[in-house]
Amino acid sequence: MKNKNISFWLFILPALFALTVVVFYPFFYGFYYTFTDWNGLTATTFLGLENYVNVFQDERFLDSIEFTIKFAVVSIILVNLLGLGLAVLVTQKMKINNGLRTIFFMPNLIGGLILGFIWQFIFKSGFDAVGQMFGIEFLQGWLATSETGFWGLVILNVWQYAGYIMIIYISYLQSVPQELLEAAEIDGASIFQRFWRIKFPLVAPAFTVSLFLTLSNAFKLYDQNLALTNGGPYGSTEMLAMEIYKTAFSRYEMAYAQSKAVIFFILVAAVAISQVYVNKKREVDM
Amino acid sequence: MQKQKKRMRLWLTLAGILIALIWLSPFYLMIVNAFKTKFDIFNSVLALPETLTFGNFKQAFIDLDFINALTNSLIVSVSSILLIIVFSSMAAYALSRNKSRISGAIFLVFVAAMLIPFQSVMIPLISIFGKINMLNTYGLLFMYLGFGSSLSIFLYHGAVKGIPVSLDEAAMIDGASLWTIFWKIIFPMLKPITVTVMILNVIWIWNDYLLPSLVLSQEYATIPLRMFYFFGQYTKQWHLALAGLTIAIIPVVIIYFFAQKHIIKGVSDGAVK
Repeated sequence: MKNKNISFWLFILPALFALTVVVFYPFFYGFYYTFTDWNGLTATTFLGLENYVNVFQDERFLDSIEFTIKFAVVSIILVNLLGLGLAVLVTQKMKINNGLRTIFFMPNLIGGLILGFIWQFIFKSGFDAVGQMFGIEFLQGWLATSETGFWGLVILNVWQYAGYIMIIYISYLQSVPQELLEAAEIDGASIFQRFWRIKFPLVAPAFTVSLFLTLSNAFKLYDQNLALTNGGPYGSTEMLAMEIYKTAFSRYEMAYAQSKAVIFFILVAAVAISQVYVNKKREVDM
Repeated sequence: MQKQKKRMRLWLTLAGILIALIWLSPFYLMIVNAFKTKFDIFNSVLALPETLTFGNFKQAFIDLDFINALTNSLIVSVSSILLIIVFSSMAAYALSRNKSRISGAIFLVFVAAMLIPFQSVMIPLISIFGKINMLNTYGLLFMYLGFGSSLSIFLYHGAVKGIPVSLDEAAMIDGASLWTIFWKIIFPMLKPITVTVMILNVIWIWNDYLLPSLVLSQEYATIPLRMFYFFGQYTKQWHLALAGLTIAIIPVVIIYFFAQKHIIKGVSDGAVK
């Protein structure tokens, strides 16, 4: 294709044009306006770093970062533990394996918004009913406090993504050589020994993939947040993405919201870049 | 030994079934209660409905304007995925076959774009598209092409590398144009990755809420958008809300039932690469 420069450009142009107009141009355009008092249409004064200074004194924003990080850490641990557990379960020689996989993965096909609404009903009415039936007070009044709102979001997230992460672990588990497992079995290794001594070390790369996937998912979560708690009660379960959205489209402070969006980008990109770094390092080690 | 193994397997199967039931319980509660009256739900969430009433579904179907929403969702998903497949595969082919430095740099730009989360560009994006009067279905399709191209090009790029260049060269000697070579020879060979690209993008675009909520007016609303308006009207009326939710997930469940193997394989291929 060396001498066909025109064809080369014609082949890449549509995609490159769309990417530029939709991602890069708005990104730099928005970045520029974070130094002004932009209201979404026009900007009149240059403010320098004032927006950024304000962002770091914004209680709501800092609270949402704290909440998001707390949510991300707890979710990551639970999603991965459960995802790995399910993957190990459905790779045993059982007749119902495929059926189980299908069921565990299913929530991922349905949008976060719809899942959030369904779980709103489960937490508010389902939990309540079970709580009343067995007299468990702990199950009553869910989503009415920030505590239960937090755990509600965690449960929804774990239920949704564990099946997704399971798929990733399965593909690594299936690459474990069968002869190795059979040899170990003949030598009398128990199912647990076979897991911890053979499968676990070989599946380790899947952890990096899954860990960062769940981490970036947790950071960008919006639909579930909106449908389940809508940030309530009193904004105490507002995650980063929602806080930015509300600053822009409920309070119309566009330049200020975009400054938060830039900070958000730095956080998410830092996570992704450290993933690349960790992967590279692992490759060298092995 | 053999007996012990069999018993172990039985316990695992039972555990699997139990977990699966817990997993499905939210859907069970949704469907069961969608058949109840408001009073029945208030009385007992866990019981089966006293009588099967389809009235909730009928009203939810009408209030959701479901046929219209389904049509809008289909138009948006099908067209944007066609655009993504056509233009991403073409770009990936050119970028993969051309070994120049500029080609490598452009590929990097596409990959780097994956680092930018949607919320970081959403505000200026809406402002820019508003100024040029493109906050409509066409604008939305173009946006999906922009946001979807990165991952799709990345996946296609890897797949094109696996196709020997000698194929291109042989066709070129026969006088075929680049366009013909790509569509007649290369693209058909990319079918497995095209399925993956399609599945990953369908799952995302079909369910996307935030972007269309900022771009589309009510009349062109997709299913998630409709669901949001609908739910807002019926916050205190779970019998209708649950019937609406059930209707909204039926298309997905039907497709999943027929294509589950492809879907799970596609997701797994897309995630691991």
